[in-house]
Amino acid sequence: MKLIFEKSVSGRTGYSLPDLDVPQKPLSEMIPKGLIRKEEPNLPEVYEAEVVRHYTNLSRLNHSVDVGFYPLGSCTMKYNPKINERISKFDGFMYIHPYQNEKTVQGALELMYNLQNLLCEITGMDHMTLQPSAGAHGEFTGMSIIKKYHEDRGEYERRKVLIPDSAHGTNPASASMCGFEVVEIKSTKEGLVDLEELKKNLDEKTAAIMLTNPNTLGLYEREIEKIAKMAHDSGALLYYDGANLNAILGKIRPGDMGFDVVHLNLHKTFSTPHGMGGPGSGPVGVKSFLKDYLPIPVVEQDQNGLYYFNYDLPKTIGRVRSFYGNFGVLIKAYAYILFIGKEGLKEVAELAVLNANYLRKKMSRFLKIASDLVCMHEFVVDGSELKKYGVKTLDVAKRLLDYGFHPPTIYFPLIVSEAMMIEPTETETKETLDKFAETVEKILEEAREDPEILKNAPYTTYVKRLNEVLAVKQPILRWQKGENVKYTDL
Amino acid sequence: MQNPYLPHTEAEITEMLKEIGVSSVSEIYEKAIGKASDIELKIPESICEYDLLRNFRELSEKNVNFQEYAIYLGAGVYNHFIPSAVFELASRGEFLTAYTPYQPEVSQGTLQALFEYQTMICELTKMDVANSSMYDGASALAEAVIMANNINGKSEILISKAIHPEYIEVVKTYSRGKKLNIVEFEFDNETGRVNLDDLKSKLSANTSCVAVQYPNFFGIIENLKEIRNVIPENVIYIVTTNPISLGILEPPGSFGADIVVGEGQVLGNPGFFGGPGFGFFATREKYLRRMPGRLIGQTVDSEGKRGFVMTLQTREQHIRRARATSNICSNHAHNAVMGAIYMSLLGKKGIKEVANLSLQKAHYLAEKLDKLEHFHLKFSGPFFHEFVLETDLDWSEINQYLIEQKIIGPLELSRFYKEMKQSALFCVTEMNRREDIEFLIGRLGAVFNEINI
Repeated sequence: MKLIFEKSVSGRTGYSLPDLDVPQKPLSEMIPKGLIRKEEPNLPEVYEAEVVRHYTNLSRLNHSVDVGFYPLGSCTMKYNPKINERISKFDGFMYIHPYQNEKTVQGALELMYNLQNLLCEITGMDHMTLQPSAGAHGEFTGMSIIKKYHEDRGEYERRKVLIPDSAHGTNPASASMCGFEVVEIKSTKEGLVDLEELKKNLDEKTAAIMLTNPNTLGLYEREIEKIAKMAHDSGALLYYDGANLNAILGKIRPGDMGFDVVHLNLHKTFSTPHGMGGPGSGPVGVKSFLKDYLPIPVVEQDQNGLYYFNYDLPKTIGRVRSFYGNFGVLIKAYAYILFIGKEGLKEVAELAVLNANYLRKKMSRFLKIASDLVCMHEFVVDGSELKKYGVKTLDVAKRLLDYGFHPPTIYFPLIVSEAMMIEPTETETKETLDKFAETVEKILEEAREDPEILKNAPYTTYVKRLNEVLAVKQPILRWQKGENVKYTDL
Repeated sequence: MQNPYLPHTEAEITEMLKEIGVSSVSEIYEKAIGKASDIELKIPESICEYDLLRNFRELSEKNVNFQEYAIYLGAGVYNHFIPSAVFELASRGEFLTAYTPYQPEVSQGTLQALFEYQTMICELTKMDVANSSMYDGASALAEAVIMANNINGKSEILISKAIHPEYIEVVKTYSRGKKLNIVEFEFDNETGRVNLDDLKSKLSANTSCVAVQYPNFFGIIENLKEIRNVIPENVIYIVTTNPISLGILEPPGSFGADIVVGEGQVLGNPGFFGGPGFGFFATREKYLRRMPGRLIGQTVDSEGKRGFVMTLQTREQHIRRARATSNICSNHAHNAVMGAIYMSLLGKKGIKEVANLSLQKAHYLAEKLDKLEHFHLKFSGPFFHEFVLETDLDWSEINQYLIEQKIIGPLELSRFYKEMKQSALFCVTEMNRREDIEFLIGRLGAVFNEINI
């Protein structure tokens, strides 16, 4: 497709603005000469229908949850309810300003206050901040809290954070951004935290252990209470990455397992749409001894029932972003929890686990599953056996595109070779799971017959396999008049 | 209550359990967890869609919204007109419910839209490269400061006190991990611009970067050229800016800025109580590999056709883990695409027109208010669409009075600056009509009598 710039015709416009209804003054009377823009930005000149067609046609090149199955492991690509979109667009939500007097935004504050409390109840934590904008942002917030906590106690030498080798890349990156030194803990053969390894590395220099439970292999860390005790006995805190909370909603709570700090991903567990990679929302919950470290402000209620922002947290880590968080996302998560209710939450977890185990069983007939343990909401395929057909996990993934499926997360977790991480979520039907398993099996047959079929896939997509090496070698990161032509399909 | 998001029938559940070889889902949990798991959450029972809709409408109506009230608040979130097509297009499920474009062959919509977005940000800021979005303006500024430290290894951050105070707070939070030293430099009390002498006096051999806002928090248009001239070549020059203002102001790229960031909410995103908008992040080509965030690049497919992919990912957390340029993973792609759609509709002329309308109306109001008894403009420096007004009256009383008149008044600067009790920050955009502006002038003209009855 042409770029919007390539559709531009000088003189066309696509907007309608209010008239200038005050007397016009020359720019030179208001802006110093050297600061008035000399050259117009080269934004496209297109009319409204062109813009509508352009972006509508672009949207049609995307796979999405609304289009089909999207079993990306660790991403919880569940259905995003339409009612939440409608609600979030009410004028009283969309057109409010963060600096309005608190008395004029009581509805917004009530929503945030109630959501904080619901999330505390679901996770078993005591206090919650809604400020972080995404999971990694939540990790940064949580680890900053842990850092400040140790420093306030004079334990500056606690600079080490233990993270399993199966963890999301954001875990070590976030810890490192907070100034911690990351120590990777090897997993056991089964894919669980190796307690011996943990013990070896846990000492008076350890600030925290970061864990996901269930972990990225979809396995529950059964020794979690023992791990919590080990951490606490050595003076370290336990951090929970909430990426996989969907598996345990209403069943078991991180707070009860012994975690001190928890981040959630409202865009995973609580059904808010992923929006091509964001906006998300990454609330952080803490046990009461860490409350004073939360970012400011937190929402509270006074004796008269009025909601207000409390900025008076003496040990706060400060702010992690402007204003109060992704309020537009919070509305949707709040609506989701209220709509499905207490029983609904539990049902979500149970059916997510049922779907994953069902699909795992089906696929175990023709593929190697990375762990023999019973999985929870997701499982990982070990694709090393694909070698015998002369293909890789990547080839299977690309071939899946031809059958209308988005492939699972591939090459993650790093501890499984040729990994394929599959999370069906609770909102998929048995037929879809059957069809998916059947399709993967068929693709393996194709590989047996002629590996080239897979290696050249996909065939039916708008573009064929893309040259990612070229994109790195000769980065073209923007359109420039006349310069992108050599690759165009005009 | 029925749950319309779940497809499973009893029969299917039975069949699936049989396939797995267990008798109940609880058994799966027991096997996975090693013990029985079930808790009784203190959470309300489910409700039907109709009740949900009604409850949320009621909740939303407890807020005063600026569709119904006139608004003169800015300070980082601005009320600009958003064409209907922006909402309609952005609401398409193919944009809204897609994930990060990990499989480029089925994500060309996302990738091309973000490639176009990157180009537009480069055009507005006059920079070489832009990433595909950050969370917000404040965290983008904080990441810029960290990037500067990564480039030159120096640890002193010089930051203007005329930058949005919340942005400075975020920079401080982000800087703690790297043990960066934040040094704030003053603004001139007369002009409202940065105090160049103070800046010069605070520069040292250990200065990593200098950060300013353009137009600054008080609406004043900084002289970016003069500032660049006092900063040594090897010190990274960071500018946080309002992209709408760049329709009319010479962009930071023309004045030697090394990193340009800012809040993109003004580009087609509603206020939403402060989020989500999006942060934008642009820099010079030579610093490309130091950038945080996702980058979209052009390439070709196996048949030579143009396509787009996420690129230069070895900078990022999922590859480099603890040594990544940033921990950012999810960004604000959807808001950035709303920005791209907005910029496509507005085009080069429209952006300039929005900027000019805001500028003209703000100046009209400022001049009128400056002539009122009890009020005068605080700063003499040139301003864009925000200005600081001083009074001998009490701003909180004035604002209380204004809200009764269905006017959301200016920001009381005592919120951030103890010494500025008598000052408030006004903002005017194309959305403030002349009749509303005249009404405000009339009300402020009468306010002394009104609040002293």
